Amino acid sequence: MPLAEIQREQITQASIVANHVTRRFGKKTILKDISLEVLTSEIFGLLGPSGSGKTTLVKLLAGIDEASSGSVHMDGITLPRRDALANIGYMAQSDALYEELTAQENLDFFASLFGLSGKAKRRRMEEVMALVDLQGSLKKLVSSFSGGMKRRLSLAIALLHQPKILILDEPTVGIDPVLRVSIWNELRTMSADGTTIIITTHVMDEADKCDRLAMIRNGSLIALGSPDELKQETNASTIEEAFLTYGGARA
Amino acid sequence: MRIRALVFRIWRQFLHDKRTLALMLLAPLFVMTLISLVFNGSTYKPKIGLIHVPVALSQQLAKESVTLSSYASSASALSALKNQSIDAYVDFHHGQLAIKLEGSNPSTSQAVLMNLQKLTQPAITRQALSQPTVSYLYGSASMTSFDNFGPVLIGFFAFFFVFLVAGISFLNERTTGTLDRLLATPIKRYEVVLGYVLGYGAFTIVQAFLIAWFSVDILGMMMTGSLFTLLIVTLLLSMSALTFGIFISSFANSEFQIMQFIPIVVVPQIFFSGLFNIATMAPWLRWLSYLMPLYYGAEAMRNVMIRGKGIDVIGLDLLFLLALSLVFIVLNVFTLRKYRKV
Repeated sequence: MPLAEIQREQITQASIVANHVTRRFGKKTILKDISLEVLTSEIFGLLGPSGSGKTTLVKLLAGIDEASSGSVHMDGITLPRRDALANIGYMAQSDALYEELTAQENLDFFASLFGLSGKAKRRRMEEVMALVDLQGSLKKLVSSFSGGMKRRLSLAIALLHQPKILILDEPTVGIDPVLRVSIWNELRTMSADGTTIIITTHVMDEADKCDRLAMIRNGSLIALGSPDELKQETNASTIEEAFLTYGGARA
Repeated sequence: MRIRALVFRIWRQFLHDKRTLALMLLAPLFVMTLISLVFNGSTYKPKIGLIHVPVALSQQLAKESVTLSSYASSASALSALKNQSIDAYVDFHHGQLAIKLEGSNPSTSQAVLMNLQKLTQPAITRQALSQPTVSYLYGSASMTSFDNFGPVLIGFFAFFFVFLVAGISFLNERTTGTLDRLLATPIKRYEVVLGYVLGYGAFTIVQAFLIAWFSVDILGMMMTGSLFTLLIVTLLLSMSALTFGIFISSFANSEFQIMQFIPIVVVPQIFFSGLFNIATMAPWLRWLSYLMPLYYGAEAMRNVMIRGKGIDVIGLDLLFLLALSLVFIVLNVFTLRKYRKV
């Protein structure tokens, strides 16, 4: 196989595949028959209003939750599987931090759960804290953090074990625009290095920065493609307009 | 490795949260002190009013531990009884003693009657029989009611505070989303439960030691068995409280709802723990007590502290406590499936 083809093979390889996934809680159907592929090392955006089922979908893709029908595969393995979680960095929508502990103790706990120890653990903790610009706050109690600082610490924890797949549920809410740019730059670098990133957002300009986008409304997938494709297909100049068209608000 | 990380985290949380630490370690000591003060006080001296009682009788009565006062008429004695300045009055009328009791507190009434009974016993029977010799298989004449139900209280406080703290902290883990995040790591479900058991277990050891040492050495509670055996009982009881608290927390959505479980699952255990006589209960109710950790814990505590028994006698109680804990551990591993399927 020529080198160019091998590279293409790697780039277009599906990392996570969802096949006709439906998720019900009791009688309520949260996700309806969703099929999509997340490709290796792309930044894949899930765009939709709150309550559209983004978080539920993300939990299925991470292999934390199980679909009521349909299946999810990661690199050919059927999810959910406990050992597959080692490949995933998950940042939930709520900050999910231990408020009565310091930032360092929070990091230390999750690093240990992922099997980091000794010098490697300490080095990695410093690296991720520098990445989110919190180096000076290692010894501070999380309860004294502002909302934005908590969000950043939460992101730092998701990055700790250098996961192959990074799943971020609304990562930049409440983060200052300057830092948001630097976080996006970092995500770009990580994606170029081969990390697959799934990111949910309801902010349209962030959706524009993703390689590919899935638009979700009321639990259904209404569109899938790169931001440019979606805009072209709907003759829209912005992602927001495209979303409105797919959502049926415009003819 | 992962269990150790969880244990360390729980310890750090404890050390940062001084108030919860104080609740677990100092609150039981405070309550035990209060109870010992209340129940170790001297016995109550009933106040008795006398109306036309012959001098010989009243002199004899004065030898007992009572407070006497004289009244000219039954009307004035009755009004004294009504405003509770006396507990009873004795009226001597036509050679007949009539006793009127205030009567709202049975134990006061009994104290009055006990003292008056000595008067009415015929003098002959008192002198014909020599004083019987009294001896105790367990306990002693100086044993107080604090000694009797103290062991049950040690058990109860160990159980109650551990139940509360473990239940609420596991609930917080769920409501703050950290449980989701924890379960998004490759940690196994049983590792989560064991981490909690070991992390809190260490604190229950400290708590058990403090309560037992304080009750025996400072408050002077009767203690005939070994402190080590007592510690094992307290520890196993706390363990059942810990695993039970975690289990109950999965049925609550807020701290307030955990509190709502207290009258349902904690308070009934007090009634079955031996503070009241179980033998007089309906048989089906007695059967219920076999499901309650505090029943086994209190039974074992009394055997150790009052009767000086060792592991050989209380072994079965300990085994039941251990079994209850294991059952709850397994249940907890299963209920965690609600949050992660694998």
